[in-house]
Amino acid sequence: MDVAAITIIQIVNMIAMLALMSIGLAIIFGMMRVINLAHGEFLMLGTYAVLVPSKLGVNIWISMFVIAPIFVGIVGVIVERLVVRFLYGRMMDTLLATWGLSLLITGVMTTIFGNTMEGVSTPFGNFQIGEIAESQYKFFVIGIAVALMVVVYLVLKRTKLGLIARGTMQNANMANALGVSPSTVYTATFGIGAALTGFAGAVLAPVIGAAPTLGVAYVAKAFITVIGGGQAILTGTVTASSAFGVINQVVTFFSSSVLGEVALLIGAVLLLRALPQGITGRFFRRSL
Amino acid sequence: MRLFDWNRRGLALVLVLAALALTLIPAFAPSFVGLQLTLYFSFGILALSLAWVWGYGGIFSFGQAAFFGLGGYTYAVASINLGGSTPAIILGLAVPVAFSVLLGYFMFYGRLSGVYLAVITLVVTLAIHKFLGHTAGFEYRIGNAHLGGYNGMPALPPINVPGDVSKFLWPEDMYYATGLMLLAVYFGLRWLLVTPFGRAVVAVRENELRAELLGYDTRLYKLATFAIGAFIAALGGILFANWNSFIDPHVFELGFGAQIIIWVVVGGLGTLVGPILGAMVLGFAAVELGTQQTVDSNLILGAILLVFVLGVPQGVIPSLRRLLGRLAGRRGWPETSGG
Repeated sequence: MDVAAITIIQIVNMIAMLALMSIGLAIIFGMMRVINLAHGEFLMLGTYAVLVPSKLGVNIWISMFVIAPIFVGIVGVIVERLVVRFLYGRMMDTLLATWGLSLLITGVMTTIFGNTMEGVSTPFGNFQIGEIAESQYKFFVIGIAVALMVVVYLVLKRTKLGLIARGTMQNANMANALGVSPSTVYTATFGIGAALTGFAGAVLAPVIGAAPTLGVAYVAKAFITVIGGGQAILTGTVTASSAFGVINQVVTFFSSSVLGEVALLIGAVLLLRALPQGITGRFFRRSL
Repeated sequence: MRLFDWNRRGLALVLVLAALALTLIPAFAPSFVGLQLTLYFSFGILALSLAWVWGYGGIFSFGQAAFFGLGGYTYAVASINLGGSTPAIILGLAVPVAFSVLLGYFMFYGRLSGVYLAVITLVVTLAIHKFLGHTAGFEYRIGNAHLGGYNGMPALPPINVPGDVSKFLWPEDMYYATGLMLLAVYFGLRWLLVTPFGRAVVAVRENELRAELLGYDTRLYKLATFAIGAFIAALGGILFANWNSFIDPHVFELGFGAQIIIWVVVGGLGTLVGPILGAMVLGFAAVELGTQQTVDSNLILGAILLVFVLGVPQGVIPSLRRLLGRLAGRRGWPETSGG
C-alpha cells in the first residue's frame, strides 16, 4: 500500500517534470514552428539563475520566481533578434543554428563555472509514508506544473495577448493585415517561451542540480514530449507528458531507472510511428 | 562509360592528388602524423555517410554516429569472441545495416520526414548511449566480451589477413587500408550517383511527391539510401575502433553527433569532397582545441556552426566553386553531379 502510494506520487511527479520542462518549447514550436535546440541550455541557465544568487545570499524564491524567468527571457529575446529572426521558414537551418548556439552557451558556461555539477539545497523537508521517506518538494513541483498549465491556458484563451498570439499562429499574413506585427509577436513568443523554460529550470534546480552540460540530458526528453504531443500546445504537452511519464516510471519500478529512460525513448519512437502527427494530430484535434 | 562523361578532369584530379598524398605523407612526415591521419580518414568516411544520406538523400539524420558506434561495438564484440577479424568485420557491417533497415522502416513507412526524422534518430542514438553507459556490471557481457559501461572495451584485436590471425595489420598498414577505404567510398558514391538508382535518390530529395507520381516508391528509395548510409558509417566505425583498439559510449554522445553535422555544413551540403575536408580540418582542430585549456572546445565548435549557418549556409566548397565559376565566366559545376 505504501509502495503503491509512493509509486503514484513518483509517476505524477515525473509527469509534472516533463510538462514543466517542455511547455516553453511547446509554445515556441507550436506558435512559430521553430525547433529550438538550445532549449536544454535555457533550462540550464535557469538552474544557474537559482544557484548563483542563492550563493550570494538571495532568497531562493525570489531567484526562482523573478530572477530566472526574467534573465532567461532576456536571453531568449536576444537570441531571437540576433539569430532565429533570419531563419524563419527554414526549419532545418534554425535547428542547426540553435544547435550551434546550444554548444556555444554550454562552452561559455563551462569556461565560467568549470565542468562541475553543483547542487542546490532542497527547500522543505521530507514526509513519511509508512517506512518510506519522500521529499515534500515533489508536491511543490506537481503544484507548480498544474498552476503553470492553468495560467498558460487562461492567458491563451482569455486575454487579448493570447488572442493575438493564437491568431498569428493560425494565419500570420491575416494577422498582419489586421494590424498585428508578426515580428513583434514572434519576439515576444520566443521570449516568453524562454522565460517559462528558465522558470522550469529554476524550479527543477533543487532536483537536478546545476551543470554546464545539463541541457543535453533534458533537450531530448523535452523534444519528444513536444513532438509526441503534436499541434495543440497545452493538450499535447499534458497528454504526451502523461504517456511518457507513466512509461518511464512503470519500467523504472520493475527494473532500473536507466531502462526506464530507454523505455521512454523507445515508447516515443513507437508513438510517432503510430501517430506521425503526435497525439493531438488524431485525438483532441480542436483543443488548445 | 558514363562515369567518364562528366567532370572527368575533376575526378582525375581528385584521384591523383589523393594517391600522391596517401603515398608521400608517410615518407616525409613523422609517424604520429600517419597515425593521426588514420583517425581523420575514418572520420572522413563517417562524414561521407552523412553527406550521402543528407546531402543527396535529403534525410537529415542525427543517427550516423549511432551506426558508426554500433559498427565499432559489433566489431569489438565479434573480434574478441571469434578470434579473427574477417567475420567480425562482416558482422560489424551487417548489424548496423540491419538496425538501420528496422529503424528506417519505422520512419519512412510511417511517412515521417524533416525534423521528425531528426528527433527520432537523435533519440535512438541517445537511448543507445544511455544503455551502453550502464553496462559496467559483470552480467553485461556477450561471450567473452565485456561491454564495460562508460569505461568502454579496451585491447581490441587488430584486423588480420583472412584466415591467419598472426598476420595482422600494423599501424602503417592501417594508414593505407583506411585511406584506401576512404577513396573507395568516395568513388563508390560518385559512381552510385550516376546510376539510375542514384538519380532517383536525388529526384526524391528534390521533390518527393513528383518522384512518387512518376512511379517511384519513395519510401523504398529512402530506406535504401538510409541503409547505404548506415553501411558507410559502420565501415568508418570499424576502422575507428581498430585505430583506437578501443571503443566507448562517447561516440553516441550528442557532441560527437554534432561534429559530424558541422563537418558537412562547413564543407558543403550536397558535395562529397567538402565533408571529407571538413572532417579532416575540423577533426584536427577539435583535437588541438581539446589540448588547450583557456577556451572550451564546445564554444568554438558552436561559434563555427552559427557563423556558417548564418553567413555561409552553403558551405565552403560550393561557395568556392561558385566563386571560381564566376571568375572563369561560366556556371559552376552542376550541384547534383558535382562531388
